[in-house]
Amino acid sequence: MDYNKRLDGRDFDELRPMEAKAGIIKKADGSAMFRMGNTVAYAAVYGPRELFPKFMQDPKKGILRCNYNMMPFSGAGERVRPGPSRRSKEISAVTEKALSAVVDLSDSPNAVVDVYIELPQTDAGSRCCGINAAAIALADAGIPMKDIVAAVAIGHAGSKIVVDLNYEEEHLPHYLEGLTDKDVADIPVAIIPSTGEISLLQMDGIVQKEVLFKALHKAKAAAMLVNEVQRNALKEKFATNIESDYEENSNGSGFSNNDNNTDVSSDNNDNQFDENN
Amino acid sequence: MMIDQEARKHLRESLAKGVRYDGRKKDEFRPIEIRTGFISTAEGSAHVKCGETEVIAGVKMSVEKPYPDTQEEGILMVGAELLPMSNPKYESGPPDATAIEVARVIDRGIRESKSLDTQKLCIKAGEKVWSISVDLCPLNDDGNLIDVGSMAAVAAILNARFPSYENDKVDYKKKTEESIPITRTPIAITILKIGTAFIVDPTELEEQALDARLTVTTIDDDRLCSIQKGGAGTLSVEEIEKMVELAVHKSREIRKLIKP
Repeated sequence: MDYNKRLDGRDFDELRPMEAKAGIIKKADGSAMFRMGNTVAYAAVYGPRELFPKFMQDPKKGILRCNYNMMPFSGAGERVRPGPSRRSKEISAVTEKALSAVVDLSDSPNAVVDVYIELPQTDAGSRCCGINAAAIALADAGIPMKDIVAAVAIGHAGSKIVVDLNYEEEHLPHYLEGLTDKDVADIPVAIIPSTGEISLLQMDGIVQKEVLFKALHKAKAAAMLVNEVQRNALKEKFATNIESDYEENSNGSGFSNNDNNTDVSSDNNDNQFDENN
Repeated sequence: MMIDQEARKHLRESLAKGVRYDGRKKDEFRPIEIRTGFISTAEGSAHVKCGETEVIAGVKMSVEKPYPDTQEEGILMVGAELLPMSNPKYESGPPDATAIEVARVIDRGIRESKSLDTQKLCIKAGEKVWSISVDLCPLNDDGNLIDVGSMAAVAAILNARFPSYENDKVDYKKKTEESIPITRTPIAITILKIGTAFIVDPTELEEQALDARLTVTTIDDDRLCSIQKGGAGTLSVEEIEKMVELAVHKSREIRKLIKP
């Protein structure tokens, strides 16, 4: 038996509805929310800041440290025990690799950039959703990056390649008679949109190699759509910030240290120069 | 954000004149927004935003073996993890004393209010009872985590619905109409003593200038059900009287928001 119609009625190439927002956590240097269907990820970035313990420091460049965590009530079934698990540690590690491919911390020796990814609610694809949120948060924090990494899980069910699996599709044999575990595979992929390079690739399940190649092509196309949502979230935040910065400046509380001078003319600059010397 | 001696002194002097940095009155909360039932994987959920402090609470239920000393009673547990996401001062790893205190004060406030009929959570004495876990996750910590966390916990418990339970199996996909048998609305209010001033709903900055704090949890008829004193400073009986009065007064306001 084949997988002919997706359980939630989507086309096989269709992603779940996506939503993204940058700058959601005030205390953080950068932050974001990313939603793919019923999977939601928050990401917060702190740093660059000094790395402790000191022996972990790299005098040549800063390091990126990612921490993936499911909130206790975010699983489809029973409560997830709080604290790190083998699974969350592995996902943290592959997330770190997926993102460090584009991050340039050569200007921050001995420092660390911490990325905290929290999942309040999951419905499969949580590592991809986490990476998508983290990439926006890194950009929001102003961390030098070559690009914004975009991730999506591609699945193989029956003879079909399925974009952005949800929980039921990841466990298809439970929901659809005639399919067995052997007919289903899950392939999370992270892509650097500008080059098409792949920075995260995992697979669970049995497939022909041709299927994998095809899946990777689908992943590229899907990642471009993810990337568009990521970029829009950043544009939305910084477009609003430019407006409020402008208002602040026009009120005179922007850059000038001298309360009497609200406009930065060349005279002012000269005065400041004189004062400083 | 750590504050130094001078900043601390300035904050205390301002408070002595009745001035808070954000312009609030001493007994005034920041604006509170409560949203419930938005997490599909949880049996109950609440998101409480108080100023810039934001906390999510989620309820999960499962069927467990009861504790040996309470064979006919269900289990309620409130946990809090101070996520490193919410403030640069927290680090990954097992919860430290601060996190444990936050969780325990909230947990005791709800438990000691006797508002939950734990016997109603019994399915089969000595064998099967419902276990209710309330987990608190701060997204952004700008002070007053105990009060805000407690609001979120109670709001999530009120929002929760039991999952279906048939043939010894919980079906998390199917929610019933049945809510948690809670009869009262415990509200925790923390009063800070800074110099001679008493304030409610402290920001993170204000918390760092405290002499002492008193968390008072009250129930609907204004009776008290749990108290926790914190901070290195001492309190006189007269001061405690004042603080408790203020807490009772504020709890009525907050209760209306949690249970309209």
